[in-house]
Amino acid sequence: MIKKFDKKDEESGSGSNPFQHLEKSAVLQEARIFNETPINPRRCLHILTKIIYLLNQGEHFGTMEATEAFFAMTRLFQSNDQTLRRMCYLTIKEMANISEDVIIVTSSLTKDMTGKEDVYRGPAIRALCRITDTTMLQAIERYMKQAIVDKVPSVSSSALVSSLHMVKMSYDVVKRWVNEAQEAASSDNIMVQYHALGLLYHLRKNDRLAVSKMLNKFTKSGLKSPFAYCMLIRIASKLLEETEAGHDSPLFDFIESCLRNKHEMVVYEAASAIVHMPNCTARELAPAVSVLQLFCSSPKAALRYAAVRTLNKVAMKHPSAVTACNLDLENLITDSNRSIATLAITTLLKTGSESSVDRLMKQISSFVSEISDEFKVVVVQAISALCQKYPRKHSVMMNFLSNMLRDDGGFEYKRAIVDCIISIIEENPESKETGLAHLCEFIEDCEHTVLATKILHLLGKEGPRTPSPSKYIRFIFNRVVLESEAVRAAAVSALAKFGAQNDDLLPSVLVLMQRCMMDSDDEVRDRATFYMNVLQQKQKALNAAYIFNGLSVSVPGLEKSLHQYTLEPTEKPFDMKSVPLANTPITEQKTEFAPVATSKLPEKPGPTRQDIYQEQLAAIPEFQGLGSLFKTSEAVQLTEAETEYVVRCVKHTFARHMVFQFDCTNTLNDQLLQKVMVQMEPSEAYEVLHYVPAANLPYSQPGSCYSLVRLPEDDPTAVSCTFSCTLKYLVKDCDPNTGEPDDDGYDDEYVLEDLEVTVADHIQKVLKPNFAAAWDEVGDDFEKEETFALASVRTLDEAVGHISLFPVVYVEAVGHISLFPVVSVEAVGHISLFPVVSVEAVGHISLFPVVSVEAVGHISLFPVVSVEAVGHISLFPVVSVEAVGHISLFPVVYVEAVGHISLFPVVSVEAVGHISLFPVVSVEAVGHISLFPVVSVEAVGHISLFPVVSVEAVGHISLFPVVSVEAVGHISLFPVVSVEAVGHISLFPVVSVEAVGHISLFPVVSVEAVGHISLFPVVSVEAVGHISLFPVISVEAVGHISLLSL
Amino acid sequence: MTAQTCPRQHQRTTMEIASLEPSLYTVKAVFILDNDGNRLLSKYYDKELYPSMKEQKNFEKNVFNKTHKADNEIAFVEGMTIVYKCSIDLFFYVAGSAQENELMLMAVLNCLFESLGQILRKNVERRCLLDNMDGVFLVVDEIIDGGVILESDPQQVIQKVNYRLDGSEQAYGFDLFDYIVGNIDGQTDRSQCA
Repeated sequence: MIKKFDKKDEESGSGSNPFQHLEKSAVLQEARIFNETPINPRRCLHILTKIIYLLNQGEHFGTMEATEAFFAMTRLFQSNDQTLRRMCYLTIKEMANISEDVIIVTSSLTKDMTGKEDVYRGPAIRALCRITDTTMLQAIERYMKQAIVDKVPSVSSSALVSSLHMVKMSYDVVKRWVNEAQEAASSDNIMVQYHALGLLYHLRKNDRLAVSKMLNKFTKSGLKSPFAYCMLIRIASKLLEETEAGHDSPLFDFIESCLRNKHEMVVYEAASAIVHMPNCTARELAPAVSVLQLFCSSPKAALRYAAVRTLNKVAMKHPSAVTACNLDLENLITDSNRSIATLAITTLLKTGSESSVDRLMKQISSFVSEISDEFKVVVVQAISALCQKYPRKHSVMMNFLSNMLRDDGGFEYKRAIVDCIISIIEENPESKETGLAHLCEFIEDCEHTVLATKILHLLGKEGPRTPSPSKYIRFIFNRVVLESEAVRAAAVSALAKFGAQNDDLLPSVLVLMQRCMMDSDDEVRDRATFYMNVLQQKQKALNAAYIFNGLSVSVPGLEKSLHQYTLEPTEKPFDMKSVPLANTPITEQKTEFAPVATSKLPEKPGPTRQDIYQEQLAAIPEFQGLGSLFKTSEAVQLTEAETEYVVRCVKHTFARHMVFQFDCTNTLNDQLLQKVMVQMEPSEAYEVLHYVPAANLPYSQPGSCYSLVRLPEDDPTAVSCTFSCTLKYLVKDCDPNTGEPDDDGYDDEYVLEDLEVTVADHIQKVLKPNFAAAWDEVGDDFEKEETFALASVRTLDEAVGHISLFPVVYVEAVGHISLFPVVSVEAVGHISLFPVVSVEAVGHISLFPVVSVEAVGHISLFPVVSVEAVGHISLFPVVSVEAVGHISLFPVVYVEAVGHISLFPVVSVEAVGHISLFPVVSVEAVGHISLFPVVSVEAVGHISLFPVVSVEAVGHISLFPVVSVEAVGHISLFPVVSVEAVGHISLFPVVSVEAVGHISLFPVVSVEAVGHISLFPVVSVEAVGHISLFPVISVEAVGHISLLSL
Repeated sequence: MTAQTCPRQHQRTTMEIASLEPSLYTVKAVFILDNDGNRLLSKYYDKELYPSMKEQKNFEKNVFNKTHKADNEIAFVEGMTIVYKCSIDLFFYVAGSAQENELMLMAVLNCLFESLGQILRKNVERRCLLDNMDGVFLVVDEIIDGGVILESDPQQVIQKVNYRLDGSEQAYGFDLFDYIVGNIDGQTDRSQCA
């Protein structure tokens, strides 16, 4: 038999790997025979193979030894043995980065690439390009151009692919070969076609027009290569996405036509491209889905996998489009390839009905231990989505999840499960206790610090509010005894929350705290000491400020402020109030999961819009010393969009000043504006201190000028003001083509629309994770309690009509504005629904919703709420029939919202007149309105005025019809149901008829209020007038209400 | 090479967008392992993917552990689509990004497998492969160049490599002899040990 390498190896039988005991030094020693004459091709070939094998195994070659072997190898070019020569090319490529002076072989390779032996030419080109740099590339440019258009396909392909590799390094040189590539693209050889297309795209991808032309050409001429088709589809779908072209574009037609291609590869690529297009309608998806359906029954596992993976993606957005494939998917759930089975089941979970859930879950649990973590995460995500869809199934899911939690698995997998359980707890209050119990069990033996701290935080938040909080204390304290520092510290914080909210637990918590104060870690000790002292004070305000609600400032802002503080040494302690407040609610994004996504990297919080403005303003010398930027409002247009000069204003509020930033654009191409500024005439005691003009405003280049205004110092309540604005500038005519201005110009001015400063500009939303605590923290000092004699009012309807009597507690309210933002995350939901949760706010809002002749004047106060909220509130207009007439005065119209009015279809004829006045409907609200028609005829008029129902509330509205006819009239005034309130609505029908009347005025019920609604019917008839004035109901509010009802 | 962004980070963050940057760089890695999961040949075409030998071998181990029990053709490991095939005591793998067209990867794998089948005269097993390692290196080089599919037709690959089984002149002689005397089986024996 022929023995190829080492005889000994084979005879000793130590495995059958002839390379097993290769020694680098021995091989290099052997490489000396490269220098022998004549060359023994066979032996040299074996040695080269060994060298490449060693390199491939990760053997490290020193520069010296590699260079030596490389130079010896160059001698082998003298041999004409084909395989030996080819192995030389491979060696050159492998050693290009290890050996020095590899360019020594340039001439040999150039000779081979232009020689007669076609077998050498392609590989020689590829080896040559591997060792070529930009300067040398110019020397071989001529050969490369020839090679690209060579009639031998392997030569042409090699040249094209090598050019592609070099685009990154020498774009400018390779760009010059575009004509040759173009010629190659019309080659008959399918691979040459594909490579030419790839190169052409890479050279042109930044030129959208060129890409578009290229696509046009190739889609018409038709290509032979399925690879090239796939490439074309990708280019086309990218272009579609970039240009946001509609799906009537010829590009879309092209992609769709590829669904009928004879190659499965192309068909799949096209189907996948369509599925991934944003905004695809079900009808456009249908053909793609049906080809994927066919693939589901393919004998090829890869094709089934591809199909089901893509269907899974479709199911996320369009579950109904996939239901047609349910039968095929069912067949796949027993697929021997577990990846396919998992994807099939998770897809079915998304598309199937509630009844199939149990069966599918059983199926999946039979093999969940066999699949990889990536797919387990997919399963968890599917469960998470399912729980949102079928809340009633949460107990099945919870069991399944807790079993999964006990199994082995990596961090990503465990985190997905924990997140899923947390989201179930948040959405289903009745699952809270079981969920928390599972999580408690999990942290007993949890190796992931991040998860343990997260769960401890959750326990601290939710635990104290459960019926038996004491049982969680043990789990938490176990962590203090057993875990690492980070977990111990988190456990201490959680304990403190129990102590702060449960008075009967406080003594025990204090004892535990005492023990924690002896901890070996200083962070744990510090926390324990701090909480101990806070808890001992037994003051709600302290608890709220230091235990429940953490930092409410923006973290990048804090970082900047602290940095600034360290730069300027001062005696004064650092003032937390100087830090801008965080204004982005920390909402957990419910992401859609790709079936194969492992996990998302945590997104780094970027600087907010406000942070960017702060930076820009700080760069202007006139605005230094204003302190930190409190709030930046949304831009307001001061001109029509189509005028000569377009001006919009952004208001920046500082502690004692306001800066108005005017972003101006000159739309006249024959004018150059200079010294542009906006002169402002305030209506109130505002004082314009300074103008910062924009020096030049050439055609279509936006520029900004600024005005600095001091807020009135003597009257802190003068928060609103109207400025009449005039744009002043020096005009110079200029040549439209060159932009060359004339020497002299003339002054001119342009009148802008008035600019309003409103209360909203002085108010910022902040996050208060614990609303109840924040409420307590405000304390009694800020409570405004007044009783108004409504003695003349007999009936509720009459009262509504008279609400206009309600005096506007205007001045006080304004003073407290800074306190206003005491709203927790949950509360944000409420606010937007109106219920302005803090006492001060009540002052404003109560002004508001009750619009009537007098109140109209105050509407400008209204936007006391952050921008998002405005959308909702403005929906509010709790307008009594009498008030309707006034709504037309409503200035608080938000442009974005305007579009939705037309969606109000359910509105009865009478109501229509009013609704058309209400342009401010938030997008979410729109969909729900249509649910309303259940409402009885009388009610329609009212309800249609207030369709402000949050998305989650949808399902519950159907409960409404239970309400008796009389009641409807009232309830319909405030169907402002917040997410958390959902559960409560169902309480409504229970309410007695009289009571309904009251409640219905302010059904702004916060989570905490749950228990209390039942109190409502108890309210005496006399109370009616009062309660209805104060829509702010929450746990504490109940206390107030009873006060009010006195 | 512009499209060779870091696959791990890239795919995790952009998985949702999922539109693939049009590019010829289809193949992230190719490797051949024996039935103990040892590397016989591997090529990584994305420099940012597993830059160190240790990471590469860990990845290969991981892939091997997840695939060697069942010949399932396709798997998803560490954020990458892997298509694979086994033959006697060899495992062939082609890896691409999560968004890659699985069928393109399959085309590469099939081409690799069939080309080697022809070169090794159907004896696609470890010993024979190792004995003709030079031919294997050349075949891989003809199929993929720096991650770009250079050729997907096995016939073309064979033609371009123009490789003759080691000691083939002699073997051909015997083949002819065997053929003449009707000993077809001998042919397999011989080429197996060739």
